[in-house]
Amino acid sequence: MDYKTFLQELQDRHALIFLSVAENYNDEIYLSVRSDDFKKTCVCLHKLLHSPVAVFFAQDSRREKNAFVIYCTFMSAKYKKWFFVSTEIAADKAILDSLAREIYSSSLFEREVREMFGIEFSGSPDARSLRLHEEVWPRRSFPLRKDFQNKPTKDIEKAEYNFNKVDGEGILEVPVGPVHAGIIAPGHFRFSVAGEPIINLEIRLGFKHKGIEKLFEGKNVFEAIKISERISGDSSFAHSLAYTQAIEKICGIIVTESLSAQRAICLELERMYNHANDMGGIALDVGFSFPAALASLIKEEILQLNEKLTGSRFLRGVNEVGTTRLKLDEGKKKVLLAALKKISKDFGEIKKILLSSASFMDRVDGTGVLKKKTAEDFGVVGLAARASGIAADLRKDFSGIYTQFNFNPAKEATGDVLARLNIRIFEVEESIRLIEEFINIHHTASDKRLTQPELKEGFALGYVEAWRGPVLYWIKIDENGLIERCKVVDPSFHNWQGLSYCVLGDIIPDFPLCNKSFDLSYSGNDL
Amino acid sequence: MLHIIKNRLLKGIVTTPIDLKSLGKENLVDWRVETVGLELKKIIRKKFCRSLHIREVDTGSCGACESEIIATTNPFYDIQRFGINFVASPRHADALLVTGPVSKNMALALKKTYDAMPEPKFVITLGDCALNGGIFKDAYYVEKGVKNILPVACHVPGCPPEPFEIIQALLAFLKKS
Repeated sequence: MDYKTFLQELQDRHALIFLSVAENYNDEIYLSVRSDDFKKTCVCLHKLLHSPVAVFFAQDSRREKNAFVIYCTFMSAKYKKWFFVSTEIAADKAILDSLAREIYSSSLFEREVREMFGIEFSGSPDARSLRLHEEVWPRRSFPLRKDFQNKPTKDIEKAEYNFNKVDGEGILEVPVGPVHAGIIAPGHFRFSVAGEPIINLEIRLGFKHKGIEKLFEGKNVFEAIKISERISGDSSFAHSLAYTQAIEKICGIIVTESLSAQRAICLELERMYNHANDMGGIALDVGFSFPAALASLIKEEILQLNEKLTGSRFLRGVNEVGTTRLKLDEGKKKVLLAALKKISKDFGEIKKILLSSASFMDRVDGTGVLKKKTAEDFGVVGLAARASGIAADLRKDFSGIYTQFNFNPAKEATGDVLARLNIRIFEVEESIRLIEEFINIHHTASDKRLTQPELKEGFALGYVEAWRGPVLYWIKIDENGLIERCKVVDPSFHNWQGLSYCVLGDIIPDFPLCNKSFDLSYSGNDL
Repeated sequence: MLHIIKNRLLKGIVTTPIDLKSLGKENLVDWRVETVGLELKKIIRKKFCRSLHIREVDTGSCGACESEIIATTNPFYDIQRFGINFVASPRHADALLVTGPVSKNMALALKKTYDAMPEPKFVITLGDCALNGGIFKDAYYVEKGVKNILPVACHVPGCPPEPFEIIQALLAFLKKS
């Protein structure tokens, strides 16, 4: 069954009414519905496609249509398409039925849209603010509205964030953060413990919120690549790649095989240094310092390799719209292959040391279990999802350079710290194999950097499987070639909730271990 | 265990002077980590009774600066052998190392961390956005740099500065003051 039959079936059997159906760029389908039908349509697609909400965002179109446009996006690996359900809601009556009770993965997105645009969701289970903390931000100020003016206000109504409370005899609350004990980003964790086991963990984030989505607006397309590279430093390349892919789609640039290969090499290098870092981090959090030191050496080796190949340790400034600055000549290929050989050997050693240590295995085996059902409900993505038995990987789900080389996605079922460690080990081995394949693709010098006059008006989704999971960029370019709206979703945004559930029943000293096994980005989440 | 010992012996000491030539940086810096570091050690011995303790606070950086600060402690650079330690509590710290443009949500936490430190104390900022907001200076939710909140004694430029540059900048500052 192809997607057209599927759409027909939606209309015939499920009685959904579409105001319009548009297919853009082979992989995006836009279904426009009346605001009353929005919830029904989303719930139907959610169930039929078995997809959590991938992106849910709003756009301020009050100037053109006197309305806000809401998009809710689902991914289908079966049809290899992204389904966007969109609706318009009148500016003077900005209220919509909440999806969160039926589709839990939309909950955080709804809270985000509510505080950024002032759109209310009736029947929402959680209407607290997400990133604009009550203590410092005036309540009726909505940053992503087009008429928002950034004026300092003194009259902030003092409000307090209400943490979920666990009552009962002997329940102890342990607040941690925002400033933590290591060299690590800020976030607030509130544990409720009964004796030793954790019975609730609430994570309050947003401490690193800067207002990046607003910062994108009105920016020159080429200059804004820099911003995308600084959303999450450890995924600089993946973010800039998703960004440039969206722009390339809008402008109709066909990405050559050699360009895809060069980019994929960088993407895998980024994956490898982060996986090495996390393997070391997991070892360090159980006090096993030798493999941790070895892992930090591998990370340093890869960062120095990155610098030799591209001039940047974090692969910044490599991506450009239409091309890449990485040009692998014979000399660089040799350097890369030699480094891979060494890295591969060192990885083998770490793997052997970790997996043969009984005390290490005792700490990671069965700790921090994230059940498949919980992961599905929260829309957990990427590495963490694969560890819990969800077979999802954009490298496999959409055809491209990876599927040509028989990319083999990692899969585990137990969902514990060990499973997430095993996924990393598997993926590093696969990355090394892939780079060795990609390196042989003949380099053609046909791709050119896009210039300002070639820019087109339009919107598109860029998506990349970064090392944590899918990084998504929905970008709209206006008639002047400037960015009108840029919605960014880092995989961390979905996965933080998974972390807060996987620790239940474990003890607080296991929390750092669970946290490191997810290793989520604070800045990617907070934007 | 035997395997670890074998590995340790085979690996040898990695903290040898870094070959800057292979990094393509021989024109940029002609010091090696060893020479910079030994000089740093002398100063720290004299001014801070052998140890300079630093507390790090992230106020909204992208995470790359943290990554590079952590890298200064890896076996390759091993900043700890020169007497610089990163500590868990502001109560143990001589210096506060701040990254990020200071988001509105972190301003209070930053002030409180500084207040919790014992005198004498000083503040080091690291990375371009800590100086004046950097690429984020026009965003609505930032305070445009640390200097608007705390007195800053030293700044380490870069986006992000490399581990070697961090060690070098610390030396230059300690020498001067």
